[in-house]
Amino acid sequence: MNELKSGVSESMELGTLRRIIVRAKRWDLFFVVLGILSLMIGVLTFAVLFADMASKGLPRLNWEFFTSFPSRRAANAGILSAWVGTILVMLVTAVAAIPLGVAAGVYLEEYAPKNWITDVIEINVSNLAGVPSIVYGLLALGLFVYQFGFGQSILSAGLTLALLILPVVIVATREAIRSIPQSVREGSYACGATTWQTVRDHILPYSSPGILTGIIIGMARAIGETAPIITIGALTFIAFLPPQPYVGDPPAGLFDWLFAPFTVMPIQMFNWTSRPEAAFAENAAAAGFVLVFMTLLMNGLAIYLRYRLRKNIKW
Amino acid sequence: MDANVTPVPVTPTLKADVRDLDFYYGSFHALKKVTMPVYERKATALIGPSGCGKSTLLRCFNRMHDLYPGNRYEGGGIVLHPDNTNLLAHGVDPIEVRMRISMVFQKPNPFPKSIFENVAYSLRVRGLRNKSELDDRVEAALKGAALWKEVSGRLSELGANLSGGQQQRLCIARALASDPELILFDEPTSALDPIATASIEELITELKEKVTILIVTHNMQQAARISDYTAYMYLGEMIEFGITDQLFIKPQKKQTEDYITGRFG
Ligand SMILES: Nc1ncnc2c1ncn2[C@@H]1O[C@H](COP(=O)(O)OP(=O)(O)OP(=O)(O)O)[C@@H](O)[C@H]1O
Ligand SMILES: [Mg+2]
Repeated sequence: MNELKSGVSESMELGTLRRIIVRAKRWDLFFVVLGILSLMIGVLTFAVLFADMASKGLPRLNWEFFTSFPSRRAANAGILSAWVGTILVMLVTAVAAIPLGVAAGVYLEEYAPKNWITDVIEINVSNLAGVPSIVYGLLALGLFVYQFGFGQSILSAGLTLALLILPVVIVATREAIRSIPQSVREGSYACGATTWQTVRDHILPYSSPGILTGIIIGMARAIGETAPIITIGALTFIAFLPPQPYVGDPPAGLFDWLFAPFTVMPIQMFNWTSRPEAAFAENAAAAGFVLVFMTLLMNGLAIYLRYRLRKNIKW
Repeated sequence: MDANVTPVPVTPTLKADVRDLDFYYGSFHALKKVTMPVYERKATALIGPSGCGKSTLLRCFNRMHDLYPGNRYEGGGIVLHPDNTNLLAHGVDPIEVRMRISMVFQKPNPFPKSIFENVAYSLRVRGLRNKSELDDRVEAALKGAALWKEVSGRLSELGANLSGGQQQRLCIARALASDPELILFDEPTSALDPIATASIEELITELKEKVTILIVTHNMQQAARISDYTAYMYLGEMIEFGITDQLFIKPQKKQTEDYITGRFG
């Protein structure tokens, strides 16, 4: 290292320089430790909670648990009506929120004139994301349940949750669209494309990873929502499934299930945790395990889709 | 360069005619009473110091400015021949203009699609669906852009996997595929190395046999090598327009002379 020495500025001796670097690097060390600690608090808390739930609930997780209706006897009770309800409500939520949210996001980014009306709408959309979910429940009770006469049904619940996650989908859509470089847009317009062709052939395909991620994150939030669903009147004890299309006598219509009463996973859990018997607490833990698993599955899907779809897009 | 040998026809056909064009970015007056001709099947170069309005003028030709709020064309116009259409007139649809006049950008901007789809895009927006016709025209465009030999075996690969120079030729193929009347180039080689630059220059020289070319360049040697006419702009004004060889050898204006001899800019 002797040759290097001559290259070092003479105003500062090499030893001094190294001491300064070591001192400066202490802060790096400090932040690494702090960061790992903060991470651990989050990760460990979740791990402990999850392990506790798993240890209580796993023994209850057998085939019958998924195929049985709730029951007064804890050992016989299952989550059939709850998981079917959750999936059907989520289906309605997705069908309603995805086209509305994506269309609104695309309109705001690609079509809307840049003026104060658009600004007001934008601010409102971001504010909607912060409205407590129970408020959506109240709104939906008045609007969907009574005004539109949908009743305390899967349809009402799905639409309520759709309203709840609409801002999330809109914001995710807009952010995904904004990450597309302007040069790609100009390339498309320069080919003679209309705005719609540009949206259909470029904007939507290239922003779909981000949009999908936003949708799934929104859905993962909706799946655990309890307050607005209780507000609109989900049942806490239900021992039948929504009517299957074209089954039964007289055969049910294709969309009759939309108007059926229902329950969902978090409500089933809530119901069981409020019982005094320890056996029901085990049921609640098992249902919680299933719910967390469903959420993780959705997040996993989001990560996978983002990875798959982004593979072709480099900028 | 055989400056004195290349005979330029005395009266070349007019392809487009810029007349007293004023353009504003909001309140900023970017083009001031610009007037210049663009001759058919010739390459016309726009030169001038950075910020003088070359790109601004070029982007008037395909109404790119319409994409952004606050931009205004004011007075004058760009008349396209032979049909005598003012491209900037209110009744003229910018989409129609862009279908007739295509553009190659400074930085290669292939779509994140396959090589085939990149070129086919300008045909698809024109409603072409027939697979074999698409195949033929994509091949012709890639040949026209001197890229066919390199990519014929891997048309389904991503355009972004090509080298920078290949990507730019892909963008040229995209611009060529629709048989435009005029192609705009905005400093198409400024992001490329000398070898890729040479191949693009050669390509442009070949292209002008078939199509009218308007090219912005920072590089005066490039303007001298590939263009038939050159326009020198300064601060939003057209200072001088002339046959390239004459403009470089014997500029009429002092300002032009200072710029091309490197005393300024
Ligand atoms: N979107 C815009 N809004 C406002 N002013 C702009 C905009 N684009 C360009 N300008 C201004 O217009 C003038 C001309 O810009 P232009 O991009 O046409 O220059 P140019 O000759 O192409 O320069 P360069 O050689 O650096 O590309 C510059 O002064 C620039 O600052
Ligand atoms: Mg420019």
